[in-house]
Amino acid sequence: MTGAQTLFDGLLVLLLVILAWVLLASKDLFRAIVLFISFGLLLALAWLRLKAPDIALAEAIIGAGITGALLLVGLGRLGSAVRCRPLPVRTTPLQRLSAPLLVGLLLPSIAAVVLVELFTLPIVASGQIKLVAAHLEHAGVDHPVTAVLLNFRGYDTFLEMGVLLLAVLSIWSLDRARHPFARDQIPAALLTLQRLLLPLLILVAGYILQRGAQGPGGAFQAGALLAAGIILAALCGHRLPPGHQGLLLRLALSCGFTTFLLAAAVTLARSGVPLLYPEHLAGSLILLIEIAATFSIAFLLAAAMAGGHPVPEAKPTAIDERKSA
Amino acid sequence: MSVSVLYAGGGTLLFFIGLHALLVYPHLLRKILAANIMGSGVFMVFVALGARSSDGVTDPVPQAMVLTGIVVSLCFTAVALVLAVRIHRLTGCTTFVQDQEAAGD
Repeated sequence: MTGAQTLFDGLLVLLLVILAWVLLASKDLFRAIVLFISFGLLLALAWLRLKAPDIALAEAIIGAGITGALLLVGLGRLGSAVRCRPLPVRTTPLQRLSAPLLVGLLLPSIAAVVLVELFTLPIVASGQIKLVAAHLEHAGVDHPVTAVLLNFRGYDTFLEMGVLLLAVLSIWSLDRARHPFARDQIPAALLTLQRLLLPLLILVAGYILQRGAQGPGGAFQAGALLAAGIILAALCGHRLPPGHQGLLLRLALSCGFTTFLLAAAVTLARSGVPLLYPEHLAGSLILLIEIAATFSIAFLLAAAMAGGHPVPEAKPTAIDERKSA
Repeated sequence: MSVSVLYAGGGTLLFFIGLHALLVYPHLLRKILAANIMGSGVFMVFVALGARSSDGVTDPVPQAMVLTGIVVSLCFTAVALVLAVRIHRLTGCTTFVQDQEAAGD
């Protein structure tokens, strides 16, 4: 029993390491990205083996799914060819030696030291499990990971919403959104898939969100699923109406962060400690923050996927109308 | 228990494979992929070391932090890709190199 499990774990780790090497070394970047997506799915399996189903869900949706889609869009814009190789520069023999020395000798030796250090760590260590379990009954939720994410270390999630918001702001300041398909080029299979998947994605996202209080699931996974739905709808030619691209979109993007900020301000005023929820309100407060965060994460991830600030579509629609008229 | 050392070791290898690729390959997209693999390696070490308890429960604190980390690494990927596309548009290069050869292309 344990022998077979250890064999499985060993093979999985070996496969992950080989896959990482092969995908990074593969000549064709498209192949590399497809392998990266399968790497993400195998990694999700590894998370399950490490008894972390929350991370497995997030890895499958975000790590493999959305990151993979992002990379494919990026490949479409950049191209696979290496343009501008470094020019050969006159160097001394010692300088020429330094790069292979660094990569070939220093990296493996640091890796070896870290690996040896791993084996000197205590075999059994319970970390913070007992501490979390002791405070779980006051947390307002029954699932330890959700309790850590939204109560005990709520500031982590709060600041992470800030990081997401900042990322989208910097993306907006660098480029404008581009759509992969023109309206008349959308594949019919994609439209059918969207009709089947979109309601299912919304339903599953809702389930995962409310499930987070008792078991694996929560705002991240639900938000990422909703984001996948929005991305799918955008691929199928659905656009935000021009009137909704201004304040409404910005409100949707920032509502997770602002809800957290409000909760922090109110708790600071009440008890002097930000994000220390009163025990009888903790459950409802967490649910409220999670709903806002889910909504926000969905729009933030989809905005990151669009690759730039929204372009007012007034002109193209006017042309479309003239065409159809 | 020994399984967690196995996964932590695998995570360490992933980190160094990623770091190696980050240094060796010039294409920007490959560097972004490499940084993602490095991140996955760090997450794996973190969670694997949290999975050493005797009662078979994985420490929820590293789990929560890795969940946050996965979203942050997606942010990194998205911003890095937009920057790479910008570099490509301004210089015509898909690498960090911008010198005479770039002007000639």
